[in-house]
Amino acid sequence: MSTARLARERATLFLMQLALVCVIAATLFIMGTVLFRGVPALTWAMLTSLPTGGFYLGKGGGILNAIVGSVLLSIPATLLATLVSLPVATALQTEYLPRSLARIVTVALDILWGIPSIVYGVFGFLVMLAFGIGTSLLGGILTLTFLMIPVMTRAMSEVIAATPLELKETAYAIGATKYETMRHVILRQSFPGLVTAMMLAFGRGIGDAAAVLFTAGYSDRIPRSLTDPAASLPLAVFFQLASPSPIVQQRAYAAACVLMVIVLTISIGARLLGSRARRFTIR
Amino acid sequence: MTSRHILDRLTSAVVRTLAFAVVLFALALAVGLYVKSRPVLYTHSLMQLLCTSAWRPRQGEFGFLPFIAGSIAVTSVAMIIAVPLSLLSAVYLAEYAPTRVRESLKPIIDLLAALPSVIFGIWGVVAIVPVVKQLGQWCGRPTTGYTVLAAGLVLAVMVLPLIISVTMDVLTAVPREAREAGLALGATRWETTRHIVLKCAAPGIVAAIILAVSRAWGETMAVLMVAGNVTRLPRSLFDPAYPLPALIANNYGEMMSIPRYDAALMFAALLLLVLVTVFNLGAQLLLFRVSRRWQ
Repeated sequence: MSTARLARERATLFLMQLALVCVIAATLFIMGTVLFRGVPALTWAMLTSLPTGGFYLGKGGGILNAIVGSVLLSIPATLLATLVSLPVATALQTEYLPRSLARIVTVALDILWGIPSIVYGVFGFLVMLAFGIGTSLLGGILTLTFLMIPVMTRAMSEVIAATPLELKETAYAIGATKYETMRHVILRQSFPGLVTAMMLAFGRGIGDAAAVLFTAGYSDRIPRSLTDPAASLPLAVFFQLASPSPIVQQRAYAAACVLMVIVLTISIGARLLGSRARRFTIR
Repeated sequence: MTSRHILDRLTSAVVRTLAFAVVLFALALAVGLYVKSRPVLYTHSLMQLLCTSAWRPRQGEFGFLPFIAGSIAVTSVAMIIAVPLSLLSAVYLAEYAPTRVRESLKPIIDLLAALPSVIFGIWGVVAIVPVVKQLGQWCGRPTTGYTVLAAGLVLAVMVLPLIISVTMDVLTAVPREAREAGLALGATRWETTRHIVLKCAAPGIVAAIILAVSRAWGETMAVLMVAGNVTRLPRSLFDPAYPLPALIANNYGEMMSIPRYDAALMFAALLLLVLVTVFNLGAQLLLFRVSRRWQ
């Protein structure tokens, strides 16, 4: 091999490794920055108390409203999105829709998947205006549901499509109906993957700020009904970081840290679950 | 008909209806935004909206050029940084890395993809903006640090995992025989990768980049936090920018009090929707063609 070719081989390999090191370093840098700033700001009182009077001027209180608000927004939204995503993901199987129609639904889902969350927020806001609903927990939940549906459906349909064809054929061969096959064979087989899909959608929803900005609003209290506005962790980060007071900024770091830990736990958990639970399915 | 079959019919109907509802929802989104942005489309021509830069909502002047230029500026900077980094990383992970390295590094990149945009935003404000400010001083361009460059850097990191994972998928779909043919002819690994694998995967890589452009174009919170948001055409890396999504997010509160302001913001959302959809459809078409080529 000529030296020039060998040198080129070595040089490109070096460049690639350098690029990958940059990417990994950026990831660790981001997480490190948030932890470095956030952990010192995290106190028990910060996590368990509501903002008190003068909170935004640097007086006492914590970010409990945002933590509870985020949970109250994201869990119902995940469950609602599952109610739509699971049937739609099943519908993309050939028994329910002919290839051409399934193709149209897939394209629609791809389009929805790519739409920025701010557009979902604006659309949710329009719908709420039309029905006379103000910024509320309900509006936030519905907007997040629509945001999650494409993410969840795409993940679920991949899982369902990956079930072995023989299993399905066996079920049909012994006289099961489509519903029975789906319910007792396909869903059971792909259950771990479906839970992973739900967790990934939850992670996407809880971290999204642009969709809840117009629809859920922000509040210092814990919402008592669906029509109350609800705070959320991403918006707590956004609003409090903009404050000139360093004490208030501390709370933005704390909220960011809590949010990041939740999202990373969910993301890692989803992947572990996906690989662990595969032992219990038929291959 | 037994109850089993009734149940079967019933669930089939529900499942199909929901699938069509998804398609209808996608249409409703576009139609709804169009209807709501019509008032501003009646009084202004499309040329006026897209190509003038006077933004005075109170006087009824809506020129989107500064925002469109802001979006183009931050997206371009992001792509210039992200594309080489992510393509090199993806090629390394897919073609060169030992399985153990790939299995241990890919999850870290997946975590990067899972991080919410406000986390990128806070990182931008805390870590990137001061660096850009310092850099501006060295270059003789004093800034606040909230600039096109800062927004571009943050966006670049945000789109890295997207380009890497799509490119890796495309590269792994290239049949092994293609590589073996190259190596058997005496080509080095890089020559094989460059002249055979990358050539086969090229449309898919273009699709990955288009998807990233579309993601960067619509990204809101992180950009809003670091771009500076000044309504002016950005002329250099150290100028502030005001991208379209940031415009919508910043002004929804007051839009109801000024006539046609709400319609103008809806038009901005429609513009985002249309551009992103065109990008995505293009990318999906390319990916579809690549996947069909190997079957």
